[in-house]
Order: sequence, then structure tokens, then C-alpha cells
Amino acid sequence: MAEYESHDYDVIIIGAGGAGLRAAIEAKARGLRTALICKSLLGKAHTVMAEGGVAAAMGNVYPEDSWQIHFRDTMRGGKMLNNWRMAQLHAQEAPDRVQELEAWGALFDRTPDGRILQRDFGGHRFARLAHVGDRTGLEMIRTLQQRVVSMDVDVFMECKILGLVADAEGVVSGAVGYWRPTGEMVVFSAKAVVLATGGAGKSWKYTSNSWECTGDGHAMALWAGADLIDMECVQFHPTGMVWPLSVRGLLVTEGVRGDGGVLRNSEGTRFMFNYVAEMFRAETADSEEEADRWYEDHSAGRRTPELLPRDEVARAINTEVKAGRGSPHGGVFLDIATRRSPEYIRRRLPSMYHQFMELAGVDITAEPMEVGPTCHYIMGGVRVEADTGAATVPGLFVAGEVAGGMHGANRLGGNSLSDLLVFGRRAGMGASDYAAGRSGAPKPDEGEIQHSITEALAPFERTDGENPYELHQELQEMMQTLVGIIRTGDELERALGELDVLRDRAAKVTVGGGRAYNPGWNLATDLPAMLTLSRCVTLGARDRKESRGGHTREDFPTADPEFGKVNLVQRQPSGGGVNGDIKIAPEPIPEMPPELAELFEESH
Amino acid sequence: MSDVTMNVWRGDGDGGDFAEYTLPSQEGEVVLDVIHRIQATQAGDLACRWNCKAGKCGSCSAEVNGKPRLMCMTRMDQLPEGPVTVAPMKAFPIIRDLVTDVSFNFEMAKQVPAFAPPPRPEGGYRMQQIDIERGQEFRKCIECFMCQDVCHVIRDHEENKAHYAGPRFFIRYAELEMHPLDTNDRRELVRQKAGLGMCNITKCCTEVCPEHIKITDNAIIPMKERVVDASYDPVAWLGRKILRRQKASPGEAAAHGA
Ligand SMILES: Cc1cc2nc3c(=O)[nH]c(=O)nc-3n(C[C@H](O)[C@H](O)[C@H](O)COP(=O)(O)OP(=O)(O)OC[C@H]3O[C@@H](n4cnc5c(N)ncnc54)[C@H](O)[C@@H]3O)c2cc1C
Ligand code: SF4
Ligand code: SF4
Ligand code: FES
Repeated sequence: MAEYESHDYDVIIIGAGGAGLRAAIEAKARGLRTALICKSLLGKAHTVMAEGGVAAAMGNVYPEDSWQIHFRDTMRGGKMLNNWRMAQLHAQEAPDRVQELEAWGALFDRTPDGRILQRDFGGHRFARLAHVGDRTGLEMIRTLQQRVVSMDVDVFMECKILGLVADAEGVVSGAVGYWRPTGEMVVFSAKAVVLATGGAGKSWKYTSNSWECTGDGHAMALWAGADLIDMECVQFHPTGMVWPLSVRGLLVTEGVRGDGGVLRNSEGTRFMFNYVAEMFRAETADSEEEADRWYEDHSAGRRTPELLPRDEVARAINTEVKAGRGSPHGGVFLDIATRRSPEYIRRRLPSMYHQFMELAGVDITAEPMEVGPTCHYIMGGVRVEADTGAATVPGLFVAGEVAGGMHGANRLGGNSLSDLLVFGRRAGMGASDYAAGRSGAPKPDEGEIQHSITEALAPFERTDGENPYELHQELQEMMQTLVGIIRTGDELERALGELDVLRDRAAKVTVGGGRAYNPGWNLATDLPAMLTLSRCVTLGARDRKESRGGHTREDFPTADPEFGKVNLVQRQPSGGGVNGDIKIAPEPIPEMPPELAELFEESH
Repeated sequence: MSDVTMNVWRGDGDGGDFAEYTLPSQEGEVVLDVIHRIQATQAGDLACRWNCKAGKCGSCSAEVNGKPRLMCMTRMDQLPEGPVTVAPMKAFPIIRDLVTDVSFNFEMAKQVPAFAPPPRPEGGYRMQQIDIERGQEFRKCIECFMCQDVCHVIRDHEENKAHYAGPRFFIRYAELEMHPLDTNDRRELVRQKAGLGMCNITKCCTEVCPEHIKITDNAIIPMKERVVDASYDPVAWLGRKILRRQKASPGEAAAHGA
């Protein structure tokens, strides 16, 4: 029997991005014994990279803004696949959550009358994103981190969780993992577990995501018996860097377009005017003059098509490049240099300025950037109860990017940071209430613990097997080509075959060196989750025979109203981890109450 | 295509040495890319930290050719010709290879008394952009800890760590001290426990900061002045806290209303 270190808590939170930190603050404030666990150092989670801002209908710049309009924008951006209750809570509570950050020390940019300044972003009718230049995520994570530290929450850093562990009754009762610095095993028992592990972009070759985004939480939840929904809905952000190759995929914030930047093809045309879908035509400018007037004053014209929802813009760029009107390195041009003064650009977009100057040798105050789509965000995720974040297995609560439902088929920019705050808090409350009501000490199943440990250590036992780095690269190539931004039935079937092969090969992975801080081994332990995640996305994409938001099928190019009424639900009822059998079936989406449904009628 | 040679420090707390790796060079790469290629092809267990690969998270600090740098923001083609040396930060104990134990910094973070604003008024707090600009400068810190690494007070004197917070935390104290809403007075603490007096303004910290925060000029020197005030004249401090500018200048207002 493998040895391990043990810890016991009321609530453990796996993940210390915005969602996990906010959940920890809530659980701790309610007096529960709380632990926060993360794979990296505290403060380095992916949330730190968020740039543009956090969306909240505070109405500081446009007083006519309201939660109802934010709600409507979110649902329409999500192509109505969203869980309406989540979208409602999100729109209603985001303003309070943002203001609360200020009471914890955040310093947002200000309006002339001293309130929080808000900027324009795609799909939002009004300037709504509270921000700090283009480093909003840093401000948010630091504020929450400093709050967590001042509350004396126990933090376990560089501790990778391998799997959730249930008790004999099937109630989630803890988690097993290892310390990265030493490679020693550790088990947490807990009355309630919050999953806040973030995204999954690392299954694709070109992504804005960090190494941590391997879909661990999605996979662990599925393996533990929870439902996942709409996993095919993956957002490709329209503007990633395309050159140099080594930084391909790195994000170029939508704030560039929000602040006046425009997209042009190799012929110099502002091509977005040719890609305005019917749904958005009434509110989108139809000439450059009108769009430019809108930037100055939103009542003087309709909004610029550069700020359509991300799926629309990403597909347009893809089409332009395919038609031979791309930039030298296979993207299109994003131009702010000819439209705004150098000081304005440097003040509003300092990180972008540095990123291009230092990594590409491009001065964005003088030349256009080259940009193209990059895998950015997963809308699909663990199915949760909107008010509490409860997953469909008892004892498990989920918040942040790993949760599904909130964003439907496509997320609006800025709606993630607010999602983390609103639902991080709610999952923290849900888990606290559950833990407080649970009697007796949680008893995670010893057999499951031992099984996870044996699996994790197996790569050291093998000699002469597969290299985890090579397998990862092959997975990324495959997902990029076969399950990328535009999909077809044939390619998705092929992808499933390839995934079988990769899974067999992953069972033969071998690593050299010891257990202490061994990235090769760490990657080997990430592979099962990446494979499960990739399979879920592929299965969902195969079965959703329509195009909607972040999911585009070449063979079914339009939205099908019947598919608009269902979530594709995946579950793994008989366990088995990465080798388990995944069932997928459509289930009706929750129906919106009439008073909310009315909001959509008015707008047409 | 030509080759690059990398001398990378390998080892742990018990010792180690530089190992040489040679691999084909590729256009536009940064040091971290080359480290990643070494991991993928030659040394799967080579330890290094990274997250964002965009200079935003402060994970990948190391000493490149003897100077603290973010590996993800250091272009290979901007380093001098010849082998590139990559070593872990010197001021912190080594865990393995390029990864150091930076827990000292997290301990120092725990000692900072929390931000303490007055209760939130109806309609939210009001602050002018001009009054928070300095605080925002300090909050650009990505906690790469390279300023801590170069500060000679702790780089060469392990014994000082017990009573010296270091430049990263001097800017944190300065940020709170200059925050228009904060009500906590931390100056005695900064003087005594945080060891502000031990800094002799060599400015090495400012030079390495990847966020270009003017650590010495904008945080340490003003803090030293305020701490002196605290010892002699509590009224002067109060005055400074209360006399806030109420209005942005017209230029500022226009610039930020965009
Ligand atoms: C470049 C970029 C810019 C963005 N800009 C914006 C923006 O302007 N506005 C906006 O709203 N959204 C933005 N987003 C999206 C947003 O940043 C993310 O969706 C969000 O930060 C996710 O937060 P999270 O708390 O769910 O997870 P993360 O911040 O990803 O944190 C995940 C946490 O889980 C931990 N973890 C994961 N797996 C394990 C495991 N197995 N064991 C232990 N710990 C684990 C990690 O260590 C980490 O602490 C941006 C994203 C990117 C990539
Ligand atoms: S200026 Fe002070 S804090 Fe900065 S490196 Fe020199 S001694 Fe250290
Ligand atoms: S102040 Fe600068 S050098 Fe110091 S930790 Fe922060 S970002 Fe790094
Ligand atoms: S990897 Fe984030 S700063 Fe280098």
C-alpha cells in the first residue's frame, strides 16, 4: 500500500484562479475549515492573464445600462443555449461583486467623476467592462489572493490533484494528488469539494491558455459520475498572435477593437462589414463612417461590426484567410496605429504594446498587428445547479470555466471574470451549507485512493515506452486539424479513432528522473484528463449536427431550432476513468420564465 | 540552420552543475522555448516554472547569462552570440534545476496588515484617477521576485531574511500607504519588522523589474520619508492622508473619459 500525507477539512477548493479564490473567501468567511489547492504558485493561475475587463452593468458610463440588458446580451451571445438562471444571477450580481473587489483593495481605472470606468467589448450593448488598462486579471487575482491571505486560508500550492474520491455511499469526500516539489502523495478528506480548475485549451496546438489548462476538472468530474454539458462549445478567440511561431496563439485582447482598432485584409478592406449575420444586422453599423461615429458616441450610430460576438469574427477571419486575402503569416491585420495616437495606445493597451514590441519586434503604435483565431475558452462544462453550483453528484460544487451553462454556445468577453466572482461566491456558499449539514467524518474510499496513486506512478515503472511530450504534441496537432474551429462529421469520426490510438499509447508512457519537480512526469499525469476532455469535445461536436456559437459544422452550416432546445449531456455511469464508456444524449434546456422571455420579444 | 548551445544548471539543494545542451535554433524564439525543446527532446525531467508565456504571471524568472530575466520575454536573438547560461535565482533555496523555493515571499505577504477602507458609501467609492495612478503602478507587480533576487540585503545575507521584507513588499506597503481609502498606519511596522532602513537605495531592484516599476524612486524613497515623519510628527502623516485632491485636472478628465 502506498503511503501518503493526509489532511482533513470541511471544504476544499481545487483551483486558485478567480473562481477558486472567491469560493475560498466565502467558505472561510462562514467559519468553515477551508483549504485552497492549486497546481502552480498562488497568484499564477490563468486568471492572471485576463486583459480586457470584467463585465457588470453598473451603468457608470451609460446610465441606461441595466441587468436586463446585460442578461439579454449574454443570452443572445450564447445563441440562447445558456442556462437562463445562471445568466440572470450573473447579470444581477456582477455589479456588487465588482464593487466588493474595490473594498478589498482593487484599483480600477476611473471615470472623470471618480467612479469605476467601463469599456466597450464585443457583444455588449453598452460600455460595461470595468478594467485596469489591459491587465484586469492581474488586478483581480491579486486582490482576491491578498484577501485570502489576510483571512488566513490554508493554501496548498504546487499540489496537483489527480482525482476526486467518494465514500462508500458515492458522496464526494475528498481528493488525492501529489506535491510537485517532492512528488509525494497527499490525500484530502472533506465534507464538500469545490472544483474550480479552469479551462482546457492545452489540447489544441494554438491556444491562449497556460500549461495548467488541461481540463483536469472536467475529466475528474466526469470520472466521479457528474454530468457534463455542451462540451462541443469551444471558443476560438478571433485575435491571437500568429507570428513568431513560438508565440502563435498568444492573446491579443479584444480591448484593441474596443478602443478603436479595426480588422483589415491584405487588400486593405475592413471586411467585417461583409459578415454581419441577420441576428445582429439591426444594431450593427453598415458603413465605416457610421461605425466610427459610434466609437465617439453610441447614440450617434450603430456599433461597429468588429465588435460582433467572437464566434462571428473568428469565422470571418478564417474565411478571409482561406480566400487568399490573409496577411503574410496566415492571419489578418489588426490596425490601431492609424486610428489612435501613440500615447493613447500606450496608455490604454500597455501590455499589448510590450507584448508585440518584445516578442515580435512590432511597434503597434506605428504598424498593424497580424492576428488569427486561437483556442481560448470552453463554454461546455460540468452541469450545475445555478443557485448553489452543485454538480449532479452529491458533495461536489463547481465554479468558473470548468462549469457549464452560463455562457451557452459562445461567451462574451468580460463575462468570464464576472462569472468567476458571482459563481465562485455561490459555489462557496453551496459547499459551506452542504458541509455544515453533513454529519460524521468524510471517509474517502481507500481502494480509489490506492488506484489513483498506482496509476500516477506507473510511468516510472515502465521502460522503453512513449514520450509524454511527443504524445501531447500529437494530440494537439490532431485536435487542431480535426476538431478545430470548423468541423465536419467525417473528420470528427476520424478524431475519435485517433483518440483511441492515443489512449492506448498513453497507457505506455514512460518518464525518466525522480519524482521531485519532474515536468515530464507531471505532463504524463495530465494526459488522461486531456484525452478525456478531447473525447468529450469530439463526441459533442459529432452529435450536435448544426452550427451554433463556438461550434461550427461545415456539413450543417446553420443553426437548427431543434438543437437550440437541448443540451448535449455526457456522463460515465460505470466509472473506469480515461478508459470508461461515455454516454451522450440530448436533454431539454431549462425553460425561461415568461417575464424573462419577454425581454427578447421587445428587441426585435 | 545554426545551432544554439545552452548551459543549464541541473541539480537540487544538495548541489549540481551546468549541463550543456545543443539544439537547432529557430526563428523568433525566447529562452523559455528553448528550455521547452530541451525538455521535449533531451531532458524530460528538466525542471522550470512557467504559466503564461507572455510576461504576465511572473513564474519563469531565472538568471540568464548571470542576469535575472523572465525566460518567456527574453528573445534568443537579442542575447550575445555564443552559449547561453541559464541558472536559478540565487537568493532562494533550490528545489530542483531552475525551480527555487520562493516561500519566503509568501511568508512576507502574510505579514502585511490588510487594506482597511471605510464602509462603502451608497453608490460606491469615489476616487480620482490621478490619486490612484501611483498605486496602480505598484499593482502592476507580477510577483516574479526578481527584485528580491537582486537585492543584496538578502541575496548575500540569508540571516537578513527574518527581518527584511524586500523591494516587492516595500512597494506593497507603499501602495497601501498611498491608497486614498486606506485607514491603517503601517509605518512603524515597515520601519521595524520589514527592515526598510536596511535598504541603501542601490536601485538594483528597479533595474530588473520587468514591469518597469520605479521601486526606489516612487516607493522606497517616499516611504523612507514618511517613516521618518512617523517617528517625529504624526500630524504630518494625518495631513497627508486627509488632504486628497478632490478633482481631476481637465486634461486628466478628458483623457480618461474616452
Ligand atoms: C489571455 C486571456 C485573456 C483573457 N481575458 C479575459 C477578459 O478580459 N475578461 C474575461 O472575462 N475573461 C478573460 N479570459 C478568460 C478568463 O481569464 C478565464 O476564463 C478565467 O480566468 C478562468 O478562471 P478560473 O478561476 O475558472 O480558472 P483558472 O484561473 O484557470 O484557475 C484554475 C486553477 O485551477 C488549478 N488547477 C487546475 N487543475 C488542477 C489540478 N489537477 N490540481 C490542482 N489544481 C488544479 C490551477 O492551478 C489554477 O489555480 C481571458 C483568458 C485568457 C487566456
Ligand atoms: S534599492 Fe534597496 S531594495 Fe532595491 S535592491 Fe537596493 S537595497 Fe535592495
Ligand atoms: S516589483 Fe517588479 S521585479 Fe519585483 S516582483 Fe514585482 S514585478 Fe517582479
Ligand atoms: S511564463 Fe509568465 S512571466 Fe514568463
